[in-house]
Amino acid sequence: MTESNTAAISINQVSKRFEDLQALNGVNLTVRQGEFFGLLGPNGAGKSTLINALAGLLRVDSGTLEVMGHDVDKGYRQARQKLGVVPQEIVMDPFFTVRETLQFQSGYFGIRNNDVWIDELLEQLNLADKQDTNMRKLSGGMKRRVLIAQALVHKPPVLVLDEPTAGVDVELRQSMWRFVKRLHNEGHTIVLTTHYLEEAEELCDRIAIINHGQIIALEDKDDLLARGLGSKLVVRATQGISAVPGELKDKVLKLEGRTLELSLHKDQDSIMEILDRLRAAAMTIDHVSVVNDSLEDVFVQMTGNSSAESQGARR
Amino acid sequence: MNWVACYTLFRKEISRFVKVWLQTVIAPVITSMLYVLVFGHVLEGRVEVFAGVSYVAFLIPGLMMMTVIQNAFANTSSSLIQSKVMGSLVFIMLPPFSHLEFFLAYVGAAIVRGLAVGVGVFLLAVLYVDVPVHNIFIVILFAILGSYVMGALGMVAGIWAEKFDQIAAFQSFLIVPLTFLSGVFYSISSLPPFWYALTKWNPFFYMIDGFRYGFFGQSDQPVMTSFLAMSGAAIVLTLVVLSFLRSGYKLRDS
Repeated sequence: MTESNTAAISINQVSKRFEDLQALNGVNLTVRQGEFFGLLGPNGAGKSTLINALAGLLRVDSGTLEVMGHDVDKGYRQARQKLGVVPQEIVMDPFFTVRETLQFQSGYFGIRNNDVWIDELLEQLNLADKQDTNMRKLSGGMKRRVLIAQALVHKPPVLVLDEPTAGVDVELRQSMWRFVKRLHNEGHTIVLTTHYLEEAEELCDRIAIINHGQIIALEDKDDLLARGLGSKLVVRATQGISAVPGELKDKVLKLEGRTLELSLHKDQDSIMEILDRLRAAAMTIDHVSVVNDSLEDVFVQMTGNSSAESQGARR
Repeated sequence: MNWVACYTLFRKEISRFVKVWLQTVIAPVITSMLYVLVFGHVLEGRVEVFAGVSYVAFLIPGLMMMTVIQNAFANTSSSLIQSKVMGSLVFIMLPPFSHLEFFLAYVGAAIVRGLAVGVGVFLLAVLYVDVPVHNIFIVILFAILGSYVMGALGMVAGIWAEKFDQIAAFQSFLIVPLTFLSGVFYSISSLPPFWYALTKWNPFFYMIDGFRYGFFGQSDQPVMTSFLAMSGAAIVLTLVVLSFLRSGYKLRDS
């Protein structure tokens, strides 16, 4: 098999147990080259365990993991050369400056005289003016950017970002995504875990949802979104709404002044029928809109988490 | 063998201690010189361990080796435990180092620090007392062997430990007592039979005795015995560290 048609990441029947916790339970997953892939799941679902196993930071009990066709155990040197990982925790070596950190990291991968690429990374991640600053003196957001630069310093074809925007301000998050999108357009395979589900919805081509150490969904983003149970009908009347027809009362999500929000089940409800009933109840409709289920709605439905906030999902 | 990767990690480990040179090089040299001044003042003219060798001159190689031993150990153990506790270990776990590259880089840097403090003690000591050098090759050989063994032992401790106080315990309850009881300040020939026999089981004794032979051409044990003991320790510790690295013991499975 040539490298061009090899999967970027191939995970086969991977299991890992930590004492009483089955962190991964027979996980199978393939990420194709050039994909922008999202790995989502509640806290403790197994995302970071899977990424750590892929990066060789922990050993699995059974199964195999490959990066660009190289086994992360038997062929670990080739596998690690092909992989860049941005860890979830903000960590740094406090002895060195930003540039020294990147030069050392480059050398660890066997690359000398990498200053042209390091300069570009510093420029792209808005770190150029901090290159001679000690790592200890950087803000959290800047340290996060250095972590991204460290993961990219050896130009890996596969980049794994483990919640890279946690605790990062909006402006930095947007510039970070612009850079990651550019890397993706240049052919890098990107694997992203994030709690910001709207980021996954906007960026990813394909999404896997992991829960209790098992992949419970693995689909194109649009197909996954289509699995949502329904959507929301928002009706604005010309006058304040005082009552809702009895047969629609159990669908009411919100009633406030002239605005009425109703839940729609994609297989059971007809928008036209609902509007007819509202008109029959003497409501004069000014405006109608339909809001489809978001990835967060699908995520909550699939993982059974009633409170998105409880597992960190934010919008 | 990826020499660029190995050399980079080696250079990084050297930079790490050079950045805090006052603490890692100057302080131990000063401490050793205090021993020379205090013990030299108290015991000079009262004790003659080797014929024709003043006590202070006798003391210098022992103190040099003691400083070499403690600093070589500190270099690898403190680097690893700091990386573990601060989480920066991930930066050396993600790259494709072979186990041997990783080992050589850490132990190489420990040897450099060991030699740096050893030379520092020597340069200051010769201002105070004449120290003959019988065989410079043996001096360098034992300095390197001692640093190598202690750098490797520091890796064992750094990999095993999960907290700073475990490293401190390793130093306080193992390294310091074994160093002080290895003949730094005396010839083991002057010990009662029980302690004499016990000291011969102390590996640090062979580091100091062989090293001292390089200066005076006299030692408690044949220099070849010391060399073989050190080489054996070096081989055993190398195999232990490589097996830790291969299995990922306390590095990759946490």
